[in-house]
Amino acid sequence: MSALQLCLLLSSGLFCIGLTVALTRSNAILVLLGVELMLNAANLNFIAFWRFGGGSASAGVVFVLFSIAVAAAEAAIGLALVIAVYRHQRNIRLQEATRLKG
Amino acid sequence: MMIPALLLIAFVILASAGVAMVLRNLIHSALLLVLSWTGIAAFYLWAGAEFVAFAQILVYAGGISMVVLFAVLLTRPARDAELPVTPPTVLRIAAGLMASAMVGSITVMAVLTSHLVAPASARAPGLTVKDLGALLAGPHAAALLLVGVILTVALLGAIIIAAPEPAPRPEDQP
Amino acid sequence: MIAVAPTSDRFLEVAPLQLRDWFIGLLPQSLRWITSGLITVVAILAVFGLLFAYLTLAERKILGRVQNRPGPNRTGWFGLLQPFADGVKALTKEDVVPRDADQVLHYLAPVVLVALSLLGFAVLPFGRHLVPVELDAAVLYFFAAGAATELAVFMAGWASRNKYSLLAAMRALAQLISYELPLLLSFVPVVMLAGTLSTTEIVTAQGGWTGGWIPHWYVLTPWGFAGFVIFMIAALAESNRSPFDLPEAESELIAGHLTEYSGFKYALFFMAEYFGMCALSGMAVTLFLGGWQAPCAWLEFIPSYAWFAGKLLVLLLGFMWIRATLPRLRMDQLTRLAWKFLVPLALINLGTAAFWSLTAGWTGPLQLVRWAVALALVVTPFVVMGRRLTAGVAPRTYRYAAS
Repeated sequence: MSALQLCLLLSSGLFCIGLTVALTRSNAILVLLGVELMLNAANLNFIAFWRFGGGSASAGVVFVLFSIAVAAAEAAIGLALVIAVYRHQRNIRLQEATRLKG
Repeated sequence: MMIPALLLIAFVILASAGVAMVLRNLIHSALLLVLSWTGIAAFYLWAGAEFVAFAQILVYAGGISMVVLFAVLLTRPARDAELPVTPPTVLRIAAGLMASAMVGSITVMAVLTSHLVAPASARAPGLTVKDLGALLAGPHAAALLLVGVILTVALLGAIIIAAPEPAPRPEDQP
Repeated sequence: MIAVAPTSDRFLEVAPLQLRDWFIGLLPQSLRWITSGLITVVAILAVFGLLFAYLTLAERKILGRVQNRPGPNRTGWFGLLQPFADGVKALTKEDVVPRDADQVLHYLAPVVLVALSLLGFAVLPFGRHLVPVELDAAVLYFFAAGAATELAVFMAGWASRNKYSLLAAMRALAQLISYELPLLLSFVPVVMLAGTLSTTEIVTAQGGWTGGWIPHWYVLTPWGFAGFVIFMIAALAESNRSPFDLPEAESELIAGHLTEYSGFKYALFFMAEYFGMCALSGMAVTLFLGGWQAPCAWLEFIPSYAWFAGKLLVLLLGFMWIRATLPRLRMDQLTRLAWKFLVPLALINLGTAAFWSLTAGWTGPLQLVRWAVALALVVTPFVVMGRRLTAGVAPRTYRYAAS
């Protein structure tokens, strides 16, 4: 098994962990962290193909940098939403956040 | 030398992420996830992408983890230091596990059956910080600007969403 | 692969490296690579460990002098053995862990803190040839390692299961988030002008003298001076030093995150604080004060690492002087200073540096114009925003207390 395949298996494992969390847990912060893990798994793939893809294109690295920046923005917005939800219903269980009107 | 190091890094990443997701203590989960993110930075170092690795640590271990911990502390029910997480129902667990098992098996099969022509012993493509800077300021300048705009707008939006509505204070009334 | 000491330089410059190479030469080939690394690690640990010991003594002596008292003077000659007496005391004391504490995190916090605070030393150029690790993105590495230390402070505060410690943990997080930004923004002009993220190349870029007397350090330019001041203020906050020592404010929070620590773990926290202070000062020397460069051409006969050590000690004394002089800030003042003053100033400073680098070709009378414009760009926002910052705050009004 080549190193590239190992990298891809690692990233698919990480993606699955993130997906399981995002689907099964009800705590909003944990769901957000699961989504972050899935983003990280995608970044792993970019770097793996940049390193072992054989091409000379550096777009993989640049894309990962942008992706990290967007992940930071996503975390900021997501956690702000978590705090706003907490202020309305005094907990952050996602099943109970069913009303659009505060 | 390369493969054992990769296996070790992969073990750290997957084990800490996996354990973090089943723990009942949110703070422990967040701290273990920091370890997982650091492991991902170690993977970037292993692959030769120095700049990305340090950026990953700076943003994830230095920024996102702080915000996550802050959110955990702020949304904690009072007098409940244990921070328990309500366990999900059996149906949710089964459905979630099935879905991710399907996705996982599809990707793993795809990886194992595809004929990836990878020069495993190839040297890492040299990419100095200077090259990266030239790339960001040259061909990818428009994307860089857009990311800057997205970050600014997102942070402003986060402040507006999280800010409490100003309540009239009794001592401010005439 | 072993880096061998260069032979073209003067004896004193390369003496430490030649000593290392001589010792490595005595060993069999297979051990050489790892011994070479180990010697570097041990040297850094020994030098900065000893510096830590004597910095604590110097701090107590200087605080005593400022407060008109002698300071420790009983152990040894002038109290010179005091650090070692303190060390023995810390080692032999009972290590108390609260029963309800989070045992694992409570144990891990000081260890992680010391380990992380040592990482930064790896990329500091201590002398012309004394760089432990040459990295392409050294400055980024340094700040990535430093950003994670506040996580350990949070771990300590949260794991203690103590209300004061938890407050300290939240304060530590807020402080880090606030001051990370000015700290990172303040050195971006240096990276812009030097065109590199490598510490050795940044120091090389500040080499040379005008007329043999005026060095080309970045602190001697308008944007460099502003950046240096912003960097030092943010560094004070990042290393939890007074007047930004809110997480361990002893008059409000007992000792904050340190409340439930005793014995050697308590000493480890102090070690980490001094290591962090040394590393940030070393980075300030590298980025703004010319690193190991001598201030005048004829002073170059003094070895480069002596200049680095001298500048480092001056900055550390400055830290102590500030601690002895300034009162502690309030939490809202702390965050207001960062977000409403330091961040905008650092952003404007970026523009000043861009102007400076665009006008590098101006000569003769245009040089005067260049200096005047750059100075105006630095001073005007400082004055305007300084007034806005204190508007409505001073003179202070007491709403509830009888005046």
